Amino acid sequence: MVGILGKKLGMTTFFTDNGEAVPCTVIEAGPCHITQIKTLEKDGYNAVQLGFGTKHEKNVNKPQRVVFSKLNIAPQRYLHEIRDYPVSEEKPGDSIKVNLFKSGDKVKVSGISKGKGFQGVMKRHGFGGGVQTHGQSDRSRAPGSIGQSSYPSRVFKGLKMAGRMGGNKTTVRNLKVIKVFDDSNLLLIKGAVPGAINSLVEILKD
Amino acid sequence: MDKIKLVTAGQIRDDLPEFFTGDTISVSVKVIEGDKERIQIYKGIVMGIKGGGVNKTFRVRKISNGVGVERIFPINSPKIAGIKIEKRGSVRRAKLYYLRKLTGKAATKIKEKKIVIPVEESKLKRDEPVKTEATENESES
Repeated sequence: MVGILGKKLGMTTFFTDNGEAVPCTVIEAGPCHITQIKTLEKDGYNAVQLGFGTKHEKNVNKPQRVVFSKLNIAPQRYLHEIRDYPVSEEKPGDSIKVNLFKSGDKVKVSGISKGKGFQGVMKRHGFGGGVQTHGQSDRSRAPGSIGQSSYPSRVFKGLKMAGRMGGNKTTVRNLKVIKVFDDSNLLLIKGAVPGAINSLVEILKD
Repeated sequence: MDKIKLVTAGQIRDDLPEFFTGDTISVSVKVIEGDKERIQIYKGIVMGIKGGGVNKTFRVRKISNGVGVERIFPINSPKIAGIKIEKRGSVRRAKLYYLRKLTGKAATKIKEKKIVIPVEESKLKRDEPVKTEATENESES
């Protein structure tokens, strides 16, 4: 699947030619470098490893430094694999730019969602909560019953309960590319994408 | 943040006259009916201006057939064909939400500004002194 790595920069309004105001996310996508091409014969699966962003050479360990210097590219901050990337003439060291997308394309965007901390069942799983009236106290956001009585005498595994929310890999599909800025490596996508500002996102053609 | 500005740079309009809360303006809005486009004029009092940059919006209130109507326009929207300033209002609030409680004549009338900034020169800053007889008399007394 064709794709690129990027950094979420934030959201803004974009006016289309017919005057529509579209809520958009701005992503700084690429330029990415191919750092490794994995093949079915050698690695057991087909994938392309992409590098994005740069970091200081002193922060890179020696084996990695050798990898980057052999490819003749700056040390990459993020390394990320994209499965089943169609490879024809590309070789490690080549760069991938944002111009592989054009406006109107449908993409899916993955990122690590914002951490919400320890949350109750209403926010975390969309439970309805209890009744607000009829003399109830302390029940309005409670989960209700979590099981039966002497049989089975335990709570089943995987029951939806309160706990840590967010901070998971999340994918939003069917997002539309509004505009591509080739010169500044920016991608304008309609709607929201997962993750905090400045976090890494993966953009794949849907 | 600066890179976001790069995206919105071409979107911010500077061809519209500058207006403030309390002004009476008429907004020409492009309306598409079927495949025809015409211009509809919406005239009322500016209740407030909100936001900044490309997201700046303004709220216009008018009384239409005895019913209060409020519309929020994105100031940078290409659907706005033009804005004409009818009157400059003198108000002591940034948001005129109190107009909703007023009825009758009070709901549509706002004290006019004494020192009127000429509409043509409305690109001037609001606090920039405009020389008129009124200001000269005040300094003497």
